[in-house]
Amino acid sequence: MFMVIGSNMTEAHPVASTFLKNAVQNGAGLIVVDPRKHKLVDFANLHLPLKVGSDIALLNGLMNVLITEDLYDHEFVERCCDDFEALKACAMTYPPERAAEISGIDAETIKKTARLLASVKPVMVCYTLGITEHTCGKNNVMSIANLQMLLGNMGVECGGVNPLRGQNNVQGACDMGALPNVFPGYQAVIDAKSREKFAKAWGVEKLPDKNGLMIPQMMDGLVDKKVRGFYIFGENLANTEPDIRKVEHELASAEFMVCQDIFENETTRFADVVFPAAAWSENDGTFTNSERRVSRVRTASPAPGYAQPNWWIFKQIAKRMGHNWKSDSAQEIWDNEISVLAPNLGGIKYLRIEKDGLQWPCPTEAHPGTPILHMEGRFTKGKGSFMAVEWTPPAEVPDEEYPFVLSTGRRLYHYHTRTQTGRCEGLNEVLGEETADISIADAKALDIAHNEMIKVYSRRGEVKVRARVTPEVPEGMVWMAFHFREGNANWLTNPAFDPNTLTAEYKACAVALAKI
Amino acid sequence: MMQQSNSIIINGHTCLFEPGETILEVAQRYRIDIPTLCHLKGTTPTGACRICIVEMEGRKDLIASCTTPAAEGMVIRTESPKVISHRKTILELMLNSGNHNCAIGSSKEESWTDFQMKTLVNDQNEDLCPAWGDCELQNLAYRYQVKGRTTGEPQPAMMVPAERDNPFIIRDSTRCILCGRCVAACNQVQVNRAIDFGYRGSDSKIIAGTDDTLMGSDCVFCGECVQACPVGALVEKKAMGHGRPWETQKIRTTCPYCGVGCQQLLHVKDKKIVKVTGVEDGAPNMGRLCIKGRFGYDFIYSKERLLTPLIRGNAGNGNADEDNDGTGKKGKLRPATWDEALDLVAQKFTEIIENHGPDALAGVSCARSINEDSYQMQKLFRAVFKTNNIDHCART
Ligand code: SF4
Ligand code: SF4
Ligand code: SF4
Repeated sequence: MFMVIGSNMTEAHPVASTFLKNAVQNGAGLIVVDPRKHKLVDFANLHLPLKVGSDIALLNGLMNVLITEDLYDHEFVERCCDDFEALKACAMTYPPERAAEISGIDAETIKKTARLLASVKPVMVCYTLGITEHTCGKNNVMSIANLQMLLGNMGVECGGVNPLRGQNNVQGACDMGALPNVFPGYQAVIDAKSREKFAKAWGVEKLPDKNGLMIPQMMDGLVDKKVRGFYIFGENLANTEPDIRKVEHELASAEFMVCQDIFENETTRFADVVFPAAAWSENDGTFTNSERRVSRVRTASPAPGYAQPNWWIFKQIAKRMGHNWKSDSAQEIWDNEISVLAPNLGGIKYLRIEKDGLQWPCPTEAHPGTPILHMEGRFTKGKGSFMAVEWTPPAEVPDEEYPFVLSTGRRLYHYHTRTQTGRCEGLNEVLGEETADISIADAKALDIAHNEMIKVYSRRGEVKVRARVTPEVPEGMVWMAFHFREGNANWLTNPAFDPNTLTAEYKACAVALAKI
Repeated sequence: MMQQSNSIIINGHTCLFEPGETILEVAQRYRIDIPTLCHLKGTTPTGACRICIVEMEGRKDLIASCTTPAAEGMVIRTESPKVISHRKTILELMLNSGNHNCAIGSSKEESWTDFQMKTLVNDQNEDLCPAWGDCELQNLAYRYQVKGRTTGEPQPAMMVPAERDNPFIIRDSTRCILCGRCVAACNQVQVNRAIDFGYRGSDSKIIAGTDDTLMGSDCVFCGECVQACPVGALVEKKAMGHGRPWETQKIRTTCPYCGVGCQQLLHVKDKKIVKVTGVEDGAPNMGRLCIKGRFGYDFIYSKERLLTPLIRGNAGNGNADEDNDGTGKKGKLRPATWDEALDLVAQKFTEIIENHGPDALAGVSCARSINEDSYQMQKLFRAVFKTNNIDHCART
C-alpha cells in the first residue's frame, strides 16, 4: 500500500507515478493526502483533502488512533525505536476530534485511515515539497517518520519514507557538500577531524571551522553588507525565491555579483560578471536521483561559443587565486576526489556506472550499492528515535482582507522558470501562460469565469493572471506555479522560513482575488 | 532421448522454462527470434496481430506464441513452411489495409509511380512514410518477401489526413495496423488512459477520448505510444526530417529535469540531438519517459545561449554610468574574454576577502548541474576563499 502526502506525483515526478499506478492496477492500495484533487486521486482508495498546513495535526491524529486502538507495531517499536513515551504523550493530545477540527478531515475518516494503514504491511509513504515547503517543514518530515516507525514500516522493501526530490540533482548537490555545514559525504565542517582530512586532500593549511550561511541569510547579508561578493551558479533566484520584490532589492544591493549560467535570465540582470556555462549534454558527469542512484551524464554536443564546463570555470578562478587543482575532467574529479573523500561513495567509479547507476551507500568497489536504507530497522545511529512534534499553523493564514490560501508548485509541461522548457519547441504550445487555479464554488461566488483575467494580490504584491476554474482545487484555495515571469506566484509568496532548514513557506500564504 | 522436466523443444533446441512463461518469452530468452507486432513487454498479451504464430507438434491449427504458456514436452517450430505461409498472408493483408507507401508497396514499376503520386496527394504529405527503414512491418515484409497492393488504387482508408495539430506526435491512422501496442503503452505502462480501441469491425480504430484529437484528450504527451508503435502511424514531429535511424549515434544519459533520473538514449546526428527515447530495461525508468524527458532536449540549441563571458560596462574601473534597467547596476553587460572576466572575478573576490574577511563572500550552487560541478564550487569556497557560505536550492 502507498500513502502519498503533499506530492502531485503525476505532474512533478511523472515516471515515478507510472510505477505507482502500475502497482495500484495490480491491486495495491493508495491513500492520497493532499488539499487538491490531483490526478492520482482517481486511483486512490481514500483521498484526504486536508487543509493547507495541517499535516502534523492529521498525522498526530492518526497516531493517536493507532495507539489508543492498540494497532501499532509493538515489536518494531520495542526493538528499534526510542522515546515512544514522549511520542505517545504528544499524540494523546490529538484525539481524532481535535485533529479533525484543525485538518478539516472528519474524525471517522481519520479513524478509518489509521485502521487501513495498520491493516497492511508494508506501507510506503511518498512525499514531496508539499511537506517540506512549510514553516514547519522539518517537523512535517519527522511526523511522517514517526508514523512509519509506529507502523513498523521502516527498513523494508516497499516501505519507508520516500522523499521525491524536486530537481534532478538536489540529492547530488547535497551529497557534494554544497551546504553550509558539511563537506562532501555529509562530514561536518565543525568537526576537526573532517577538516583535517579535507585540508590534507585539498593541499591547504586549514579550512573554515564554523557553519556558513544558508540562502535566506545570504540574501539578508547582501542588504546589511555582511555579504559583499555573491556568486550564483545556475539558479534564477529572482524568480524562484519568495517575494520577488524583496529578492530583487536584495540582489540589487550586492556589491559584486557573479552569475554562471547557460542563458541570461532575470537574475543575471543584477550581475557584474556573467560566465557562459556548458549545458546538460555538453559535458560528461553524474547526477544522483531521488533514490540516491548515481548515473552518468554524457556529452552529445559541443558547447556553443566560448561556453565552458562549470567545473573548469571554478578551477580557473582557483588558479588565479594561487591554487593549482589537478583533476582535469569530471571523471578525474569523481574518481580521484569525490569517491575517495566521501565514504558512502567510495565504491562508485565511472567504470562501474557505464550502464545502470549505483545507489549509495556503496563503500567499496565490490559493494553492490544499497537500494533500501535502514534495512531491518537498523538505523544509522542505532535505534530510531521518535520525535514528538506539535502542529503549528502557517506563518500567514487567511483573514478578512486576504481570505484565500495560496499554494504553489510545478506543472507537468514546464520546469521551474522555463529557462530550459520555455526554449524547447512545442512545450510553450501545450502550456503558454500561468493560471490561477480556483474552485468552482469560489468562482461562482466572485462571479469569475473560466479563463477570465483576474487580479491575485497578497501583502507583498499582485499579479494579473488567467483564472482556471477547476474541481481539483478546494474552496478557499488558489493554486499557482512559478514557471512564468508574468503571473509568477513568487510576487505573492511569503518569505517566512522553517527555523531549522530555512525552507520558505511556498505552500501557504494569504491572498485575495478580484475581477479586473 | 530423455526429456528434461520443465523443458520444451523449439526448432530442435531443448529450452527450459519457468512455470507461467509463454512460448514467446522462452524463445526470447534463448534468442530464438519469433517476430511480433502487437507484443509489448510488461503488458498483457493480446494475440491480436497473429504474426507470432508457431506450429506445435500434434496440433493442427497454429498457435499464438505470445499468449500460449509453455507446457512440458511441447515441440515447437517457429519457421515451418506452414507458419511462413500464414505470416505472408497476414503481412499482405496488413500492407493492403493502409497507406504503406514505402518501396514494398508494389511490384510493378509503372503502377508504383502512379501509386506514389496518388497517395502523396491523398495524405497531404510530401514525404514517403516517415518510418521508412525504421518500421517493423516493413522489416517483416522484407524478411518474408511480401509485397503489398499491386493495383495502385488508394483505398478509402487512405483518404484520412493525419492529425498534426499538436507539437509532438503525428497520428496517421492510415498507417495503423491496429496492433494495440499504443493502447497498452498508454493504459498499462504509463496509465494515462488517453487512448483506446474505438468502434467495431471494419470501422475499428484507435481513438483519443471520445474520438477527439490528442490535444483535446487526456493525453499528456509522454510519447510512450510513439516509442511502442511498430509502424509509421505514430511518429515524432520534432524528429521528422532530422536524420534516419541508422545515421544517428545512440548515447545513453540521464534526464536533466526532475529527481526521478530517467535514463535516456540520445539519438545524435552530426553532434546534434535529434530525438530522445527511454533506455529499455534501464533502471530506474525501464524505458519510460515523460514529456520533458522525451521532448525537452532542444533548449541547448537555443539562439539565446550565452556565448561569451560578460562584464558590466565599467565593472572594475568605478566609472559611473546611468542605471540601465532599475537593477541599481550601472552600465550594460558587454562581451569579454575569459581572461578578462576570470581576472576580474579573482581580483574582486581577493579584495573583498582582504577588506572584509572571507565570510563576506557567499555562493549558491546549482541543483541541476552535475555532481562534479557542485563539488568543485564548494571546494572553491572552502579551500580557496576559506568560507562555508555555500548553499544550493535544496529548499525549493
Ligand atoms: S503520448 Fe502518452 S498519454 Fe498521450 S496517447 Fe501516447 S501514451 Fe497516451
Ligand atoms: S497506432 Fe501504432 S501502436 Fe497503435 S495500434 Fe496503430 S500501429 Fe499499433
Ligand atoms: S523523463 Fe520526466 S520523470 Fe523522468 S527524470 Fe525526466 S522529467 Fe523526471
